[in-house]
Amino acid sequence: MRQRMFNVIAAGVLAAAAVPAFANGKVLNIYNWSDYIAPDTVKNFEKETGIKVRYDVYDSNEVLQAKILTGRSGYDIVVPTNAFLAKQIKAGVYQPLNKAKLANYKNLDPEVLAQATKFDPNNAYAVPYFYGINTLAINAGKVKAALGSTPLPANEWDLLFKPEYVSKLKSCGVSVLDSPAEALPIAAHYLGKNPNSNADADWQASANLFKQIRPYITRFSSSGYINELANGSLCLVLGYGGDLNIAKRRAEEAKNGQVLRVLAPKSGVMLWMDSMAIPKDAENVDNALAFINYVMRPEVAAANAKAVSYATPNKAAKSQIENKFLYDASIYPTAEIQQKSFIQLPLEAKTQRLQTRLWTEVKTRK
Amino acid sequence: MMSRLLSLRDSREATARTARRSAWWQRALPRGQSLVTAIPYGWLLLFFLVPFLFVLQISFSDVEIASPPYRALLSRAEDVVSLVLNFGNYRYIFGDPLYFDAYLSSLYMAGVTTLICLVVGYPIAYTIARAPEAKRNTLLMLVMLPFWTSFLVRVYAWMGILDNEGLLNQALLSLGLIGEPLQLMHTQLSVQIVMVYAYLPFMILPLFSNLVKLDGRLLEASADLGCRPWQTFLRVTLPLSKNGVIAGSMLVFIPAVGEFVIPELVGTPESLMIGKVLWMEFFDNNNWPMAASVTIVMVALLIAPIVYLHKREEKALARAAQR
Repeated sequence: MRQRMFNVIAAGVLAAAAVPAFANGKVLNIYNWSDYIAPDTVKNFEKETGIKVRYDVYDSNEVLQAKILTGRSGYDIVVPTNAFLAKQIKAGVYQPLNKAKLANYKNLDPEVLAQATKFDPNNAYAVPYFYGINTLAINAGKVKAALGSTPLPANEWDLLFKPEYVSKLKSCGVSVLDSPAEALPIAAHYLGKNPNSNADADWQASANLFKQIRPYITRFSSSGYINELANGSLCLVLGYGGDLNIAKRRAEEAKNGQVLRVLAPKSGVMLWMDSMAIPKDAENVDNALAFINYVMRPEVAAANAKAVSYATPNKAAKSQIENKFLYDASIYPTAEIQQKSFIQLPLEAKTQRLQTRLWTEVKTRK
Repeated sequence: MMSRLLSLRDSREATARTARRSAWWQRALPRGQSLVTAIPYGWLLLFFLVPFLFVLQISFSDVEIASPPYRALLSRAEDVVSLVLNFGNYRYIFGDPLYFDAYLSSLYMAGVTTLICLVVGYPIAYTIARAPEAKRNTLLMLVMLPFWTSFLVRVYAWMGILDNEGLLNQALLSLGLIGEPLQLMHTQLSVQIVMVYAYLPFMILPLFSNLVKLDGRLLEASADLGCRPWQTFLRVTLPLSKNGVIAGSMLVFIPAVGEFVIPELVGTPESLMIGKVLWMEFFDNNNWPMAASVTIVMVALLIAPIVYLHKREEKALARAAQR
């Protein structure tokens, strides 16, 4: 016990001693999504530039937003998603980027940058880091067994939204993203409504669709589903494309006999884009720009893309990425799918509140 | 020699001056006793009242796309300072049954947790208090030992026990007591089990410190006068430990009402406690004013019973003093 006490105290003293060292040297404080970079990217950047990086992670936009809007977050780079980014730019928490210091900006795909202007006008504040989709994944064997003689539907979203399918899948486990903002727009899109609507009736209808299938949803999860899908305790999951591909890879590596398929429905999916931005009160702006410029190098972008299995906006990096990634529609959705897909824009506060309220009704079955 | 005398006189005069000054000080300033109590009061003022007033102020505000994301109560245009109070958040709380249900289920969960902790914790505290002194510290150490591990890790350990493929189900399966795994995780039961586990030490410790002071001679006297052990317990031990019971119950009940982590990790999507509602207002809706209002109502709900108990205590003390 005494030894342990010593360790705790020693750790405390070391931490206290480390702080001033950080504050004086060349430093950079990054706040990024968890598992969202190749393991050696930060290390290589430090070696090359001598800048000491403090790298923290989060797992939801909501947590990032609370920190950023409070101010003085202490971070020099953060990576919010489209609708959140748009709102935060409007709140005035970011600084415009000095593109003169971003020589590698030319490597980015102009089409992706054009998309990004929807939430970052003139691409003034943010540099796209990755984009991807929210979609479905199935455990092929278990779904086939559960459906029996019924074939897979032409529109793969029917698996989740039509009671005749999902009721049969309940026994092998159905999981849905646990977030009103991630789940409800997908139902709106399925119903042919505007997924960026500010009309109450559209969200009532989307929630009603979820209420109809609620008895068959066994789990609401935003990250725990990765393991459960990989080990076979779930057979239908609405999740983040990259996470679903991680589950698929884990099942393959474990050789546990679970064959997973990440779907890319032709009727469209929910697209999103995460971008790097520099808070207005950042203290190490030049270092932040240096890092953003570094990850836009083709070889760095390619290494990151391979590690996270999301789509890179870096056109120059694509020649270094294998075809099995590039031609996987669940990672790089085809032009045909993209055309039928939607990307989230910021909603009015009252709509956001209605979504949360309705989602609570869905979850609690009231 | 002269200088020494002079300095002596100087110092004497100085002492006299100090005496006069301290007399003045004594009249002008509160006594040393109140100076000492000022420290905890100052602490409460700084770390409870001031933050509480901040929250109170935000609860009368409005959402705004800004940093921080709410409108300031006071605004100035030229020479006019205007104060705008928004009562809409409170109206919303009382108008939507969601909040009432969530408060109710939180109070219920916290109440049941407190009761179970009391029933389980009392005999443990009693045993430790009655144990020989040499053993007592070891037993107390065992109660506090779990605090050496992070709270979150302990909740995850319970997930490992209660899961469908968890330790408990595996044990029951291999013993042949059940045919297929019991659904223990993500139920009300699992929330209750983990909450009792997490809060039990907070019941045991105040009860112990109360029971350890219990005079053994009173129990002997009670037995000599013909009380059976359970009568002695009900008529002597329990009334004397009343303050320990109240302190322990408060320490369990109050944090349990706002518990967020345990229901989030091991609970069901159906049950909604106020901690989760708070989270949704703050993070999902990014609505700080609404989250602040929910907090204020929760604090009000918690303060009412505390004030009531405190008043009763004071009356009892006054009665005892009169006798």
